[in-house]
Amino acid sequence: MKHKSFFWFVLPSALAMLLFIFLPIISVIIQSLHVDHEQVIRTVETCDLFGCKQSTTIDQEATAALREAKPLGQFAGVRTYLDRNHLAVDEVKSTWDGSKGWREFGSQMLNLPFYKAISFTLAFTFVVTPLVIILGFIIAVAVNSATRKIRGPLIFFSLLPMMITPLVGALILFWMVDARGVIGIALQHLAGNPELSVKASTPLMWIMLMVYGVWHSAPFAFIVYYAGLQTVSQDTLEAARVDGASRWLQIRHVVIPHLLPLTTFIALMQLMDNFRVFEPIVSFAASAHATSLSWAIFNDLGGETRQLSSAAATSVLTILGVAILLMPVLVRTWREFDRK
Amino acid sequence: MFLKQIALAGGFALMSGTTIAACEITGDVSIVGNEFPAIHTVAGGAAQCTGGEVKSNLTADHQKINVAGMQGNPAEYSSAIIANSSLVALMNEDVVRPLDDLIAEHGQDIPKNQLITIDGKVMAVAFMANAQTLAYRKDVLEEIGVDVPATYEEMIAAAEKIRAAGISENPIGGAYKAGWNLAEEFVNMYYGHGGEFFAPGSAEVAINNEQGVAALNVMKELTTYMNPDYLTHDSNATSAEMEAGNVMLMNMWGSRMGVLMDDEGAEEQVYTNITVGGPLTVGGGSTPASTLWWDGWTVAKNISDEDAVATFLAMKNGTSPAILNDETMGQAVWMIDGYTPAPVNEGVFAAIAAKTQSYPMLPYMGLLHTALGDNLADFLQGKESAEQALSDTEAAYTAAAKEKGFL
Repeated sequence: MKHKSFFWFVLPSALAMLLFIFLPIISVIIQSLHVDHEQVIRTVETCDLFGCKQSTTIDQEATAALREAKPLGQFAGVRTYLDRNHLAVDEVKSTWDGSKGWREFGSQMLNLPFYKAISFTLAFTFVVTPLVIILGFIIAVAVNSATRKIRGPLIFFSLLPMMITPLVGALILFWMVDARGVIGIALQHLAGNPELSVKASTPLMWIMLMVYGVWHSAPFAFIVYYAGLQTVSQDTLEAARVDGASRWLQIRHVVIPHLLPLTTFIALMQLMDNFRVFEPIVSFAASAHATSLSWAIFNDLGGETRQLSSAAATSVLTILGVAILLMPVLVRTWREFDRK
Repeated sequence: MFLKQIALAGGFALMSGTTIAACEITGDVSIVGNEFPAIHTVAGGAAQCTGGEVKSNLTADHQKINVAGMQGNPAEYSSAIIANSSLVALMNEDVVRPLDDLIAEHGQDIPKNQLITIDGKVMAVAFMANAQTLAYRKDVLEEIGVDVPATYEEMIAAAEKIRAAGISENPIGGAYKAGWNLAEEFVNMYYGHGGEFFAPGSAEVAINNEQGVAALNVMKELTTYMNPDYLTHDSNATSAEMEAGNVMLMNMWGSRMGVLMDDEGAEEQVYTNITVGGPLTVGGGSTPASTLWWDGWTVAKNISDEDAVATFLAMKNGTSPAILNDETMGQAVWMIDGYTPAPVNEGVFAAIAAKTQSYPMLPYMGLLHTALGDNLADFLQGKESAEQALSDTEAAYTAAAKEKGFL
């Protein structure tokens, strides 16, 4: 394609990306570097239905001019990033100096909200992503080898988990694993422990969230692989068969290499998606056991007092996290492109 | 029955007659508020006004949109229906207008006790009250031969007897879901122990003390008698547990008692025996371990005077004695003239009579509530000590308060 026609071709989407992705990110970054102006607090008498008492209120007039001049608040640099609710630099340092061993250091770190969130987020990402790829591949191969007649319904049922709204899908599972739900009671029987409760145990809750993650995302990998399987060269397969290759060897040496670029694509998408794990934590009411960076942003904005700067800082850290995670895959793709 | 219907029809006719005569507005009204029957009644009453457009957006997510919807000029919402805690969020952003001039001109007939004044200025008009009090199974307490608990210690003793008698394995219920609910339970328990959240007149938090530890220890002891999933149970789930006949004693919102005592969702044996008690005290204290709440309405700052007058008149109409009828009477503990309480509301009145503290209206309380909700679950699960959980809460609050300019 000529450079000129390429330019006109991508211009609309480039403009849309600039408007809807780049500018909002810039605004979030600017927000994260600011904190509110110092509030002037006055002691006042507050009276309600139940009587009067001493209370405090913000003196809006005292800072009205300041807020008018600088509506973003005061510039704080990276202070918000370094405070206890984010990277907690001081706390990590004192924990490092004060703890006697790795185990103690680790448990102290998990007490800090950012590290608690990132530990679950990373565990979730690195467990769910490979499982989704493997499971999606197995389903695709299985569906592809079924007779044509039943393929339609099979595809439909395999896609169901993805069609269900994440919040609803997670809620269904949440009730099934309840101590009085179908899966919950089955697990109690299997474990021989009538007291067993998935929702009360941190390890079981982590497993449950990951099972949900795989259940929800496997159809995505499946449908991509299934589309890819339709393009596998029948001649090559035929030749392999003539050479006496078993079904496993055909998959190992013909299908998998053919689908490798798709695997890169699925891995990219899944790494990004899983790093932003959010819905299941809300649906499972799991925040006592597991939190994620996205959940932290939601929590900052959901309280009665909105913590915009804190949420903005966590958002920027999430973007950085995604960038670091994707780096190996991106570098690989770039090298391949370069080679061509 | 027939007579009652006639009386009802007459009541309606009278009501609509008076409202049409009383409410004529010349501006537009837009209401944002929470979504439950009592609020629908208020918004419906406001919509009776004629002469201008009255629309409302009632949603459980109202707190996420009301500040943003009132910050513009002109504001999208001319009135927000809020509670003690959320009025502060609006005042922090300076989006509600003092009502004194409107009251002087148009609202002389609003009873003085309904006016919420902060620093001498009326900021909201309250119309209903709420509090968490005891709900218990009368039949079960009779069976084990125990009086109605008045303290948390008695509640725990009763629970032990119920468990020992094999009636229920987990007889205590509570909205202990991690987050807002759990924090609210701590606020109750901490007040019950006589604690104060902040150093007087400042935003310096002070909860890592004897009262804080004692409050957490009582909460932990209560959880040993709760369904093991308690950290995922909100008010809805806990109420369902009581209706299912598993929970015999719990601390529950007055506004939810009606659902527990009606004939839906439970067997007769259960719903006929669920009874409302007063708030409980704890640790030998005299202040109940509960907080009083009110719901009220505000008028936005960034709207024209014409719309402000219209909003004031419409909201006044929506919370006037005219809205009370047989159907709406049981929806809430109305703070409106002409309200006659039903047995479901006894708990809230007992809480008011027992001098329960109202939930603090402090600009930085919301931040502490969030920090409490995020950090107390680790202690209840036995992952860390009470002191550690409280010091984590203080640290999380302090970082947030610095960001918001309070410290």
